[in-house]
Amino acid sequence: MYAFEIERPSTIADAIKALSEEDAQALGGGQTLIPTLKQRLAMPATLVSLTGIGEMQGVCIGDNGEVCVGGATNHATVAAETAASYPGLSGLAGNIGDPAVRNRGTVGGSLANNDPSACYPAAALGSGATIITNTRQIAADDYFQGMFETALEEGEVITEVRFPVPEKSHYEKFVQPASRFALVGVFVAKYADGVRVAVTGASENGVYRWSEAETALSSDFSKDALDGLTVPADGMIADLHGSSDYRAHLVKVMTGRAVTAAA
Amino acid sequence: MPKDGGIGASTTRREDVRFLTGKGKYTADINTFGQAAATFVRSTVANGVIKSIDTSAAAEMPGVLAIFTGEDFVDVGGNPAGWLINSRDGEPMKEPKRPVLAHGKVRHVGDAYAAVIAETEQQARDAAEEIIADIEELPAIIDMAAALAGDAYVHDEIGTNQCFDWGWIEDNRAATDEAIKNAPHVTTLELINNRLVPNAMEPRASIGTYDAAGDSYLLQTTSQNPHLTRLLISAFVMGIPENKLTVIAPDVGGGFGSKIYHYGEEALVLAAAKKVGRPVKWVADRTESFLTDAHGRDHVTKIELACEKDGTFIAFRTETLANVGAYLSNFSTATPTFLHGTLMAGNYTVPNVYVNLKAVFTNTAPVDAYRGAGRPEATYSIERVIDMAARELNIDPVEIRRKNFIKPDQFPFGTAAGLEYDSGNYDALMDKMEAIVDRKAFEERRKQSEANGKMRGLGINAYVEACGIAPSNLVGVLGSRVGLYDAATVRVNATGNLSVMVGAHSHGQGHETVFPQIVGEMLGIDPQSVDIVHGDTSKIPFGMGTYGSRSLAVCGSAVVRATEKIIAKAKKIAAHMLEASADDLEFTDGQFTVKGTDKSVSFGEVALKAYIPHEFPIEDIEPGLEETAFYDPANFTYPSGAYACEVEVDPETGKVTIERFTACDDFGNVMNPMIVSGQVQGGVVQGIGQALLENTTYDENGQLLSASYMDYVMPRADDLPFIAVDHSDGTPCTHNPLGAKGCGEGGAIGSPPTVVNAVIDALQSGGKNVTHIDMPLTPARVWAAMNNA
Repeated sequence: MYAFEIERPSTIADAIKALSEEDAQALGGGQTLIPTLKQRLAMPATLVSLTGIGEMQGVCIGDNGEVCVGGATNHATVAAETAASYPGLSGLAGNIGDPAVRNRGTVGGSLANNDPSACYPAAALGSGATIITNTRQIAADDYFQGMFETALEEGEVITEVRFPVPEKSHYEKFVQPASRFALVGVFVAKYADGVRVAVTGASENGVYRWSEAETALSSDFSKDALDGLTVPADGMIADLHGSSDYRAHLVKVMTGRAVTAAA
Repeated sequence: MPKDGGIGASTTRREDVRFLTGKGKYTADINTFGQAAATFVRSTVANGVIKSIDTSAAAEMPGVLAIFTGEDFVDVGGNPAGWLINSRDGEPMKEPKRPVLAHGKVRHVGDAYAAVIAETEQQARDAAEEIIADIEELPAIIDMAAALAGDAYVHDEIGTNQCFDWGWIEDNRAATDEAIKNAPHVTTLELINNRLVPNAMEPRASIGTYDAAGDSYLLQTTSQNPHLTRLLISAFVMGIPENKLTVIAPDVGGGFGSKIYHYGEEALVLAAAKKVGRPVKWVADRTESFLTDAHGRDHVTKIELACEKDGTFIAFRTETLANVGAYLSNFSTATPTFLHGTLMAGNYTVPNVYVNLKAVFTNTAPVDAYRGAGRPEATYSIERVIDMAARELNIDPVEIRRKNFIKPDQFPFGTAAGLEYDSGNYDALMDKMEAIVDRKAFEERRKQSEANGKMRGLGINAYVEACGIAPSNLVGVLGSRVGLYDAATVRVNATGNLSVMVGAHSHGQGHETVFPQIVGEMLGIDPQSVDIVHGDTSKIPFGMGTYGSRSLAVCGSAVVRATEKIIAKAKKIAAHMLEASADDLEFTDGQFTVKGTDKSVSFGEVALKAYIPHEFPIEDIEPGLEETAFYDPANFTYPSGAYACEVEVDPETGKVTIERFTACDDFGNVMNPMIVSGQVQGGVVQGIGQALLENTTYDENGQLLSASYMDYVMPRADDLPFIAVDHSDGTPCTHNPLGAKGCGEGGAIGSPPTVVNAVIDALQSGGKNVTHIDMPLTPARVWAAMNNA
């Protein structure tokens, strides 16, 4: 680890100011950034910690019934506080990593990093969530732009995420056994106007919606509705833990299981 | 003496109090006034020519005290291999020099070619980044078959990548070939015994200190084997006289073999301490552990089993390529040969065995003994091919093994692979295992799994291994360059408590608990009054450390011998005190008594007399009560076992879940059943890790893809079943005074084929025509096998 300064602002405004300095880097829960620093793979001059900002903490219900999660809220808090209001989201948050990860890692940090195997992007995209930053609101469909790529601008901070609550939902994760990230994870959410299916861990382009499954499930919300569908292996990740064929196969299996669990 | 503390008692491990309360003292915990830090600059390419190393900018960095490169060590020796293996043609093996720091060439990712000594570790790392090395990358030599076929060499000076081409037993080759040619049935299996990274919880660490006043050195280091480390540094590498070098291995957080060996970092910190005149400390980070700790296994084998139609074994024949990595680690030539080929008869009366094994240099981390060391490779090959043969011949897997077992009345039994097993009862182990498993009930469990959409399989396995390493005379003939005895000094203090100095080193085994149980039992005193001293060459007799499940069988036997000497001398003193003849005394429960009388003295009174020798027959008996014994075993010990594993396989994902695991072992006489259970369970967990999870993969450029816990899967609690263990009623070892057989490795030896056999059984029962999958049986591999079948 190289030496760095650390700032602990208590307001979003102070955080944005601190992040405008040269080589400043936002620090959420640090679950990716701290290991990166330890390996000397990054050299920020200043880390701006976001976890001390009160207005970015906590879970509440918005005016339209959506679940609103502060950007610096950790996974354990989300798991506990959405258990009644949005069980699908709670289940996803409560199964990320291990207790240490869940008590440090934050929803904003996960979405800003957009690891192609992370869980939260599936929840955000699968829920059609709105990503609120210090400057604007971004629809999840516009936010995720590929592996580790997002719509965020330099110095822009996720202050809140608003999740519309579906009628039924479930996240089914087949873990990569070492990291316990998703080898393939599928978030299925049934809304009044249709079903959304978001897949993480599988594609070289990061989280994506499986639109054929959405169409099929929107008319028949059951595992059998997937029967005729196939998932092409093109563009799927291939690594030590699974070929692209295997990942493509798992997308369908996990989708079916998510539907069964949600129904 | 309280019986619950002596031999056979499950005494709670006394060392755990300090380990579990954070009071253990590991090498990294040691900080000395004035210490400096060392960091190593390691190759990022697998194979390359070092054109130049420019250290000038680094030398100007803040806090830098010294910089070393390979150039600084050209005049010192290499780190040697401990066993000389001769090829089938009689030629000795190739032994390229393993330098302290790479010189001329780097040969694997992680190969250190420079080291920086600075005031702090941060400064050392900062400076290391300023070292400019011009390294011309060469194509990496990774695949063993390609390494043997190609004309590019890991070590140019030897002109081959073949270290040796070994035949065991070469004289049996023709007969075995003939037997296989004429056999009614031959089962052939090609398999890979996957490379493993040891992953001790504590990374390696070393602190070198130089005392100019006495021209002497101290090395504090993470070692299973402090005397061997001293010997290697003194006699081969640095030339420091043994009497000028103390090696201390304090608390060590796991070794599993990887800390048997001497590593270049240890020599470096000693040289650096002398140069900068201050203690120099190095602590590996986890990446260094992955890249540079000696790895385990890595065999590619073709095995053939010839048998009669009724399943009677006629011959085993194997051809194996064994990866030794880029350099020969200390035991790397013994592990695939005499710890592997000699076990290729397994538990069986098979009359013909022939093993051909070629050891191959590649641009990968050195490979050496890892828990089990050669015997897991042997057991895996044998027990997988037997399972396959049983299936082909439609014979029950238990029955085909029983048919060929060495029977209890055949011991001692000389096997076709050249060992003489002293004792065992393989059928009794199988009986026990079958009783626990209850195969009839298994069929019910299988139906239940099928109802849940899962395929269920039962895998069984028998193993025997050779440990308690080792009879020096025998291993000397086989090429060992060291003796493999051990030693103990029993010091009775004046007030009757004891310090026992042992050559074995405890890094998880529980010596501090078990050795006092033995001494306490023999002397009829409370084991809590006995303390064990280990790990410090300035305090302990010359022992050979801990590996190969040898501590109890070899060092424990030395403890017995030394304690017997104590009793013999104490008896003489007691006879004097009681004014009787020593022959008329009996020693029970800590009391010397004149037979048939009530005249007696306690052991404590005798100890006091030995140190306050008033009215003492000084002309006949020396004062004091301290004895040393060296013990060299007459043979290996031969633990054996019958294992069973039940798995469920998810047909949709290929995921294997272990539902049950049963380990029935014969470790002879058991000193502390609780500790033995822990050893078995730990070994089984490592075996399950090998079978299902641990996937050490180098890409074609020699980059280790699984070099962190983000990709290397260590078994976790939720990957594991309840493990039923039974090690009661063993057949005692016939040649050591405790009747004990080594128990440290059986679990890791017996479990991998058990798990794989279970998965194959599950797939077959589920209608999948899959006969073999190479370890680790990850979900992706199982799924691929199912879908290609």
